[in-house]
Amino acid sequence: MMSALSDQLLIVTIVGYLAAMIGHAAEYALGQAHAAVGARPGVRQRAPEAAPVGAPSGVQGPPVSDLPDPPASPPGPPAGRYDGPAPATSRAAVYAGRAAIGATMAAAVAHLACLVTRAIAAGRPPWGNLYEFELSVTFVGVVVWLVVLARQPRLRQLGLFVSLAMVLLIGAAGLIAYTEIKPLMPALQSSWYVVHVSTIVIASGLFLFGAVPAVMFLVREGHERGLRSFPYSLGPRVPAAAGLERLTFRMHAFAFPLFTFGVAAGAIWAEAAWGRYWGWDPKETWSFISWVVYAGYLHARATPYIKRRTAVWLAVLGFATMLMNLFGVNLFVSGLHSYADV
Amino acid sequence: MSRGGRLASAVVATARNSWRQLTSMRTALILLFLLAVAAIPGSLLPQKSVSIEEVQQFVLDHPTVGPWLDRVWGYEVFSSPWFAAIYLLLFVSLVGCILPRAGEHWRAVRARPPAAPRRLDRLPEHAPARPVDGAPATVAAAVAAALRSGRWRAVARQDETGEWTVSAEKGHLKETGNLLFHTALIAVLLGVAVGSWYGWHGNRLLVAGPDAGFCNTVQQYDEYSLGPRVTGAELPKFCLELTDFLAEYHDSGQPSKFRATVAVDGDGSPRRTRTFSVNDPLRLGDANVYLFGNGYAPTLRYTDRYGRQQTSATTAFLRVDDALTSEGAIKFPDANLNPATGERDPKSQVAFEGLYLPTVPASPPFVRSAHPAERLPGIMLWAYRGDLGEDAGIPGPVYQLDKSRVESGQLKLVGAEPRLLRAGESWTLDDGSKVEFLGTRQWITVSVRHDAGQELVLVGVGVIVVGLMFSLFGRRRRVFFRLAEGAAGASAVTAGGLPRTDYAGFAEEFARVVAAVAPARADTVPDQRERDGRDGVVAGSADAGGTGT
Ligand code: HEM
Repeated sequence: MMSALSDQLLIVTIVGYLAAMIGHAAEYALGQAHAAVGARPGVRQRAPEAAPVGAPSGVQGPPVSDLPDPPASPPGPPAGRYDGPAPATSRAAVYAGRAAIGATMAAAVAHLACLVTRAIAAGRPPWGNLYEFELSVTFVGVVVWLVVLARQPRLRQLGLFVSLAMVLLIGAAGLIAYTEIKPLMPALQSSWYVVHVSTIVIASGLFLFGAVPAVMFLVREGHERGLRSFPYSLGPRVPAAAGLERLTFRMHAFAFPLFTFGVAAGAIWAEAAWGRYWGWDPKETWSFISWVVYAGYLHARATPYIKRRTAVWLAVLGFATMLMNLFGVNLFVSGLHSYADV
Repeated sequence: MSRGGRLASAVVATARNSWRQLTSMRTALILLFLLAVAAIPGSLLPQKSVSIEEVQQFVLDHPTVGPWLDRVWGYEVFSSPWFAAIYLLLFVSLVGCILPRAGEHWRAVRARPPAAPRRLDRLPEHAPARPVDGAPATVAAAVAAALRSGRWRAVARQDETGEWTVSAEKGHLKETGNLLFHTALIAVLLGVAVGSWYGWHGNRLLVAGPDAGFCNTVQQYDEYSLGPRVTGAELPKFCLELTDFLAEYHDSGQPSKFRATVAVDGDGSPRRTRTFSVNDPLRLGDANVYLFGNGYAPTLRYTDRYGRQQTSATTAFLRVDDALTSEGAIKFPDANLNPATGERDPKSQVAFEGLYLPTVPASPPFVRSAHPAERLPGIMLWAYRGDLGEDAGIPGPVYQLDKSRVESGQLKLVGAEPRLLRAGESWTLDDGSKVEFLGTRQWITVSVRHDAGQELVLVGVGVIVVGLMFSLFGRRRRVFFRLAEGAAGASAVTAGGLPRTDYAGFAEEFARVVAAVAPARADTVPDQRERDGRDGVVAGSADAGGTGT
């Protein structure tokens, strides 16, 4: 009964995030329309010749990427063009955006309820298999998002990307990874396992949320360098690059030690369960890869002569390796860990 | 300069240059990236260390690239020379990075905070002059003392113009944490190395019962491996006997609990009983015993045509599925010895092939167990008679009959059909001999292991996590005060603050520190809060001017 309820709540959750996505898209569209009506410099007028890609505008303005701590004033050429995100200026857009946040909150409640009912039905925490793990990770991601939003309401534009990521990830969890409730195998009945999975869930959620400003930074920064093709055309709609970059770093700085600890807890558990703390099982290998890539990101960010863009690309790459571990390895490669999922 | 001298200095220059290159941050990044990329084939190709069978299968399935991949260590990526080359270079670079930084840090920690800049209003944070009671020298001392009690490293001094200043600094823990973290990476690498040099393990199957125990010597393992610095004679001495094994299952057949009870002796201490389970290995000082698997060993009693009984009890059957359907073979090479001469009759040795079903299903076919627990145990037996061929001194396969002997007719199936026996039932063969199924014993597979570097790795990882947190959350910052002669016995105190690292909350901290260590006279408190309109996106504007470290 509980288990069926949980499955229904999953649908509610996905519909909720979908509604949020539509709301954010509407906000974007209405804001865009308004901006077009207002005297915003038209994007089209700025033909590539006007700002040759070879001479990126970032080079003239205060460099976006070369300073370890760029001033918070929005970087980039002529003021007025990139003066931060244009706040959604039309009233309808504001309503759409608020409704989207409301939908996100409602979906998050359904999301939590989905996890809780699943946990009650299983009689254990909801991270016994890939499906439950993904639901938990995305829930952490959405909680982080709401917390960040409460502190920085102007970040609402991130919502379109957050809700898109939620719909895709939860949809994939439900479609690809759905598993009937099963009790935990003896090998998983360990307190280190609980510590391991819960920290990895939280760290993955933070990495997930951190990937959103990372991607948006790349969009914005690409736009500021004069790129005008599709994802970069969204540039003017997202917050200022420096702020996005800093938020990206915050999330990763927080997630990285937690992830390190989570992997270490997994190694302690593996020692007790399998007799070795590390065995280059595919999951372990991909955790190692993610760890090294994120370490590379932190390094790159701390190195003054490495462009911020390069560093942020490493963060995005890090999240791609996390996704590989969450979906790719569980689905395509078999290993000891796979028995947690069947 | 002589030619040799020039050559030598060129070599030195090149070496110094390469060293600088190797220890540069860019190289560290490239090596990190290479390390990540190099690990990928290790997750996509089957690895010998994980499953040698999968590797063999893969090579069979890919006759062209298979052997080629083997030549470039594709199936042992993590012990390949190229993987080692990357991480060794990375660690050399790391050492080259840590040493100078440690020296610098050591000096920085012991140095006095730098002199206060002349113009404090040029600093990212600034508090305008405020009157504080007392002469500059007294106030300076008081400010420095107050800062010190807030764990700032502070010094009060007069600058070249004679004005009193206070410089204070905080946050060296960031760099300390960073150095600890990088050093601990080396400790972990050493721990891994020690583990592989001095570690060893042996795996075996252990049937319950006093007649089936084993002692920790390489001969008694089914499979073992010793690190390059260990010899078999160095293995710690102890013996184990499985006295009890508990397995519980859900109705679905999924296991819920395993617990093995063993008697330990032979290590100099008196015999004692210990239990262990999955996730909770038996820790015996220099060796740990892990529980990996379990199954059944059926007990058959065979009464030969001369009426002599033999019991076979320690032959494990191997599981073929999760419901513990198990198959195996039990041999009676000494069946039908001629009672007069005591000689074997090579034509009438006896063996049984069996399929053991811990829970026989309600209806045929009786080929798969319905549940892994022994709810309704039964065994399907195929009886063979003939020449087992084990006198030749070549031991046959343990878990099966030698199929070639069946094909060649040296072993013949007795009766056309197999027979299902439940516990206690017997089957009388055509020659009047009889086989009885008495029940089963449990068996477990254990892995006995020792990893000498494990503790070092654990400590290293602990330091890594703690060092990382200091490193990532620590914030270096400086505050400066200038104390000019003020009116009516007061001092005019100006303050400036400089965050050395990304630090969004510095403005608040600066305001708090200034208010706390240099409390202005009550009549003139400038409002600190009104300054920056910090609605800035995401992070405040406080960290402009920080230069990182
Ligand atoms: C084994 C490989 C290495 C790993 C996994 C690694 C990892 C890390 C990580 C995660 C950080 C971020 C912590 C922080 O921001 O304080 C960091 C910082 C740093 N690493 Fe490494 N590192 C490695 C090798 C090196 C090497 C070879 C060098 C020298 C060339 C180096 C120099 C630095 C420096 C200078 C920082 C400080 C950045 C800052 O001041 O914020 N690391 N390292």
